[in-house]
Amino acid sequence: MTTSILLAVIIALAVIAYFSGRSRSVTKANEFGGTQQLNSLPFYHGMLAVFWCVIPCLLFVVSWVIFDEYIIENLVISQLPEAQKNLSAGEITLLVNVVNNIVAGYSETLGQAPYLIESAHYLKSQRANSQMALTVIALSLAVCGMCIAWVKITPELRARNHVETIFKSLLLVCSCIAILTTVGIVVSVIFESVQFFKQVPISEFIFGLHWSPQVAIRADQVGGSGAFGAVPLFVGTLLISAIAMIIAVPTGLMSAIYLSEYASKRARGIIKPLLEVLAGIPTVVYGFFAALTIAPFIRDAGGWVGDTYMFELMGLSLQVSSESALAAGLVMGVMIIPFISSLSDDVINAVPQSLRDGALGLGSTQSETIKKVVLPAALPGIVGGVLLAASRAIGETMIVVMAAGLAANLTANPLSSVTTVTVQIVTLLVGDQEFDSAKTLSAFALGLMLFIVTLALNIYALSVVKKYREQYE
Amino acid sequence: MNSIEVVDESYKENSYQINNPTTLELVNKTLAKRYRKERRFKLYGVLSICFALLCLVLLFTDIIGKGHSAFFQTYIKLDVQLDTAVLEIIDINDAKQIKQGNYQKALRESLTLLFPDVKGRQDKRKLNALISTGASYQLADKLKEDPSLIGQTVSLDILADDDVDTWLKSRANENESGFTGRLSAKQLTWLTTLIEADRLEQKFNTVFFTNGDSREPELAGIRSAITGSLFTLFVTLLLSFTVGISSAIYLEEYAPKNWITDFIEVNINNLAAVPSIIFGLLGLAIFIGLFGMTRSIPLLGGIVLSLMTLPTIIISSRAAIKSVPNSIREAAYGMGASKMQVILHHVLPLALPGMLTGTIIGMAQALGETAPLLMIGMVAFVVDVPGSLTDPSTALPVQIFLWADSPERAFVERTSAAIMVLLAFLITMNTLAVWLRKRLERRW
Repeated sequence: MTTSILLAVIIALAVIAYFSGRSRSVTKANEFGGTQQLNSLPFYHGMLAVFWCVIPCLLFVVSWVIFDEYIIENLVISQLPEAQKNLSAGEITLLVNVVNNIVAGYSETLGQAPYLIESAHYLKSQRANSQMALTVIALSLAVCGMCIAWVKITPELRARNHVETIFKSLLLVCSCIAILTTVGIVVSVIFESVQFFKQVPISEFIFGLHWSPQVAIRADQVGGSGAFGAVPLFVGTLLISAIAMIIAVPTGLMSAIYLSEYASKRARGIIKPLLEVLAGIPTVVYGFFAALTIAPFIRDAGGWVGDTYMFELMGLSLQVSSESALAAGLVMGVMIIPFISSLSDDVINAVPQSLRDGALGLGSTQSETIKKVVLPAALPGIVGGVLLAASRAIGETMIVVMAAGLAANLTANPLSSVTTVTVQIVTLLVGDQEFDSAKTLSAFALGLMLFIVTLALNIYALSVVKKYREQYE
Repeated sequence: MNSIEVVDESYKENSYQINNPTTLELVNKTLAKRYRKERRFKLYGVLSICFALLCLVLLFTDIIGKGHSAFFQTYIKLDVQLDTAVLEIIDINDAKQIKQGNYQKALRESLTLLFPDVKGRQDKRKLNALISTGASYQLADKLKEDPSLIGQTVSLDILADDDVDTWLKSRANENESGFTGRLSAKQLTWLTTLIEADRLEQKFNTVFFTNGDSREPELAGIRSAITGSLFTLFVTLLLSFTVGISSAIYLEEYAPKNWITDFIEVNINNLAAVPSIIFGLLGLAIFIGLFGMTRSIPLLGGIVLSLMTLPTIIISSRAAIKSVPNSIREAAYGMGASKMQVILHHVLPLALPGMLTGTIIGMAQALGETAPLLMIGMVAFVVDVPGSLTDPSTALPVQIFLWADSPERAFVERTSAAIMVLLAFLITMNTLAVWLRKRLERRW
């Protein structure tokens, strides 16, 4: 039985369990003189039976599915001939892959070493056994649960209390998934980064000025020096984010001020959804726009300006890369405008009307009220929003992957091509990879840096915004 | 004397006024400047909004301008002789023979009939390059449906090569040269002959919606990407909706005010702002590296995306639960309902519209997300339409990313068209969310 059919059968069993538990409670109660003798409603008895039937069974299935491949692989390795067992870990993984391919039918069985074919047969039979065992054990667990519920259901059973406790703990487990996700992120990036820092010292990574992650596979290989100094990436990320923020902060803030202070209700009702459309456009679309429309435009415009008489007179030349940081930053800025605008809008709206009324009553114009009263009052919240936007700009991936370059130039010139942390993570991890090479691991180290920086920005920004909200509540 | 004194006094008064003007005068003096400032400030606001909206308009016109032509495709009308000798089919009732027939040859012969004076290997090859390499498969499919056509000469619309398609679309009228690309001068004269014979026509591009990815632009379609996206979204919806709502209920209705609850809250708020690519790293290291899941499958993509959208759904669901007034809970308790009954029978139905709105917005986010899918290998070149949650597949935004890298000009319009399809999905989802919010949400 495949796992999906098994799940369907378990669901069917759960439905049966519900109705059997329910009717059992009713028949039991009738022996004592009607359903009013029940401690809990029949519904709760039915639900209790479902929980008894499903929870242990599902726990078993999930843990089995997670661990069975691992155990089977070890079994396969253990039955390999002695000569192969003494190979290095990498070579054994390779053998296991060959065996897997034979089973899946990707490789020809002809011409393979006989022990590999034997292993393939063994693997196939072990997989069949495992699936069989899973089906049998899971179904018997479910049926056992049903039987236990059947036996335990009596009119005195405090089924409601049990069901409510289980319900509450299920909800608790669900809300802990957020914690598990964070833990998963931290563990995955830290674990791989530690492996990386064993090969490349952490100081070289953070302070090194040269980034070229091609590692020589053979000792005599030319090129591929494998330099892991991440400073050019950090500078590139900051450059593009800074351009984006220069575009987005004034525009977003001014739009928010206009929308919340000046615009009529009708104008607001039209403009706000339009800005939300801008926020809802996927980043890959922005990336396409940046790479195919904005970047060529900037390159051509740069070429045109560079050809003008003034530049020739001054003896300057203007070279614009077709993957300029400016194009990526500009489009990223447009992407962030609605983000800043909606955050600032919330914050400005939270400023009490009495402050505005006071200032207006003293005779200040509306812009003076905004500049001298509303904005200072809203400043912490706006700063928080800007920081959140900055963290989003730093972590933005698709725009820079499509519009920024791959060359790790250490420069602050917005017209040249730079690369960013996220671009490098994507380039290093897309395609074929081996998990233990410094090249792959460096992506996780970059991920760790990205996570730390964005986390710090987020925590600080969120605490600022929270404090600000409490101030006016 | 008196009058002089009065004048004198008034003079004094004047001088007093000049030296120490009244508040009103002070205000009046700077008023014009202040109003100018006011107008300027307001103008800045209008300009910023105009800038943002201009970018929106620019983006849409750019994409639609590039992509609208992809919905039409050039076909060449050919009279194909479906002769059994040419097709090398002996038994027309044998499906296998029909499948393996030499359709390439039949198509080539029909082209030769049109241009009998084309001689030489090189010229013939160039002539044959006008029709798509996939045309023979189309012909085979057609015959599979209707084997009775064999032996007849039928007039068929044959898919043209992407170079022909691009050239035809790029010229605004008959006198313009257009974007010739790889087309040679000879090929252009043949094409002009075809146009004069009224044999070139543009039809709605169904291939784009029914095919998977392909290296040939005229054969590339978005069907496999859309199917992959739908499978992924299905998993995401299933996981993030159940888990999201459950955690929102726990945090709002059950959670005691202690450090564990605070910790969960801080976690959720931070996860909402973690860059999406980090979730890709999580998927790569934990689900592929540790649990040994297969890469490139919608199941894994769905799990990763659901972890990413979970915070959005939890936050909006909590807001929806919060907006249910306490009096409803108290009334239910007063009638003797248990806590679970209060939640399931009263709070949840009232909060559901808000929760659904949040979920749809989260799903729209997940549909447009690319970066985490790149990390877990959903960037494969997928021709076949995936049939289950565990078939290798790609997603629509990833398909856009892949096509955006392709050098052929015909892929640019297809990328834009795919973007238009994606945006249509997203705008529909968001409109649905707004409509739900307006329609079903109750103000207390």
